[in-house]
Amino acid sequence: MRSLLSVLLMGVPVTLILALVGLTQGLLQDSQRRQQNTGADIIIRASTASGVVNFSGAPIPEKVVAKIEEQPHVRLAVGVLNHSIDPPLVITGVDLARFDRMSGGFVYKQGGPFKGPNDMLIDEAYAAQAHKAVGDTVTLLNHDWRVEGIIEPGKLARIAVQLAVLQDLDAATGKVGQIYVKVDNAANIDAVVQELNALETGYKINTLEEYVAMYTPGRISGVKEFTVVIMAIGVVIGFCVVCLSMYMSVLQRTREIGILKSLGASKGFILTIIEVEAMLLGAGGTVLGIVMSFGACWLVRTLVPASIPMIVVQSWWPTAGLITLLGAGLGALYPGLNAARQDPIEALSYE
Amino acid sequence: MSNGPIIETRDLRKVYRVGKVDVPALRGVDLTVQAGEFLSIVGPSGSGKSTLFHIIGGLTPPTGGQVRVAGQDLALMTDSDRTRMRKRSVGFVFQKFNLLPNLTARHNIAVARFIAGNTGPLDGQFEEVLGLLGVAQRLDHKPAALSGGEQQRIAIARAIVNHPAILLADEPTGNLDSENSKAVLEVLRGLNERLGQTILMITHNPEAAAYGHRTVNMRDGQIIAA
Repeated sequence: MRSLLSVLLMGVPVTLILALVGLTQGLLQDSQRRQQNTGADIIIRASTASGVVNFSGAPIPEKVVAKIEEQPHVRLAVGVLNHSIDPPLVITGVDLARFDRMSGGFVYKQGGPFKGPNDMLIDEAYAAQAHKAVGDTVTLLNHDWRVEGIIEPGKLARIAVQLAVLQDLDAATGKVGQIYVKVDNAANIDAVVQELNALETGYKINTLEEYVAMYTPGRISGVKEFTVVIMAIGVVIGFCVVCLSMYMSVLQRTREIGILKSLGASKGFILTIIEVEAMLLGAGGTVLGIVMSFGACWLVRTLVPASIPMIVVQSWWPTAGLITLLGAGLGALYPGLNAARQDPIEALSYE
Repeated sequence: MSNGPIIETRDLRKVYRVGKVDVPALRGVDLTVQAGEFLSIVGPSGSGKSTLFHIIGGLTPPTGGQVRVAGQDLALMTDSDRTRMRKRSVGFVFQKFNLLPNLTARHNIAVARFIAGNTGPLDGQFEEVLGLLGVAQRLDHKPAALSGGEQQRIAIARAIVNHPAILLADEPTGNLDSENSKAVLEVLRGLNERLGQTILMITHNPEAAAYGHRTVNMRDGQIIAA
């Protein structure tokens, strides 16, 4: 029972680590996919855009869109406006006709495109999370929207409304937050980037390839540090759980340790069996933690599929396992050394 | 009985420190045991029998004097040296059997072999010994499923599996009824007679002591008759 409890407790930090990584990577991969599927080749962001993910702000005059379209090799430019509602969820204002030309259009699972100014498109994940269907009313930004279409996830936005309406609501008439640019030929992307830079607009201009490559945990403020903290907590919890568990184990097995010593077991042998047991607990905790991370992922994706598109990141299993084993190994050291140092005669007389 | 002493102690002393008080447990023990001898040690509680047993078995170092076991001077040994000695030169049999409760009889024996570095199959002679002990059919049971007599015979099997020079038995019949006691004592005598196993047996029971070739009496940390 003690061992099972130890395995369970050691599994918790494994699940925490994997859940955090799965949450971060899920968010980033989802964002990457939605950017890549816009069909754009270049993205232009305001000079004040600090992070990778642009949740809000409309600092770029819309007339810039038209000016960009005048540049050689530029086939199309689409300005969009994002408004954060419940991070990481945003409403995206978009000129649907132009965006359809760039991306090939949304894939409608139910309903269809905007018909009126208060129409809204939501993706399947948000529809599931908010329990909304076509024809339902969604109140956001103190405004009632009618769900006109439910779209396949993975392209630009989870929630889309007409650009002009959102500009009006945000008091950002004539402005956009970022501009997607499509060029006539992929071979001209770099040339167009140079042309746009030559305009000295002061905006951040990147190829879409560069931009999506920025979607790494290290580029998002605090994520890396938070992950390190959770990993450290994992080591500490593993250490404490194993230390307590193995300390109790050594106490309970004092007589058995005496027996082993009477048989000629060395200090190293005693320490090794305590460490091996701790490692087995750690391995069990890792496996259980991985199993629980699937459960956590299922739960999150069931409850908030749009807000947190969590994934299971298998490449982190060895890291989580090593962290657990490190905690277990360190935690078993003190009780193991205590056991190794026990006097065999006293241990044999232990009742 | 073979020629030559396998155990020799001269003026062997042991003092335990209890709090701030020195408690002498052995006060100059001179003892010689020949290879192949079956020696019984008797004496009241606190006479130093177990301390002598522990020193000869390398479980604790002496405080003074000389003690040679199987040609090795224990007084000069480090803790690691004594640990190595326990692997191969000495086998213990305890009053409370001291089998590892979570392991089967077979695995209890295997652990002793593993610690001594033996991982191959059991040798033919030991298979014969298992037959002599009458436990060959009980090897796959855990201690809780074995009678006291069976447990003690398994403990004897474990003690001699590495062919130690000396078998130290501390009250081996202390927890057994008379029938099982007799069986265990017959086993010990059989091991001594058939394999030439040197045995030191501590006992309170004069009938058990009579199984040995000779008996020494201890009192107040000294041997008073040999």
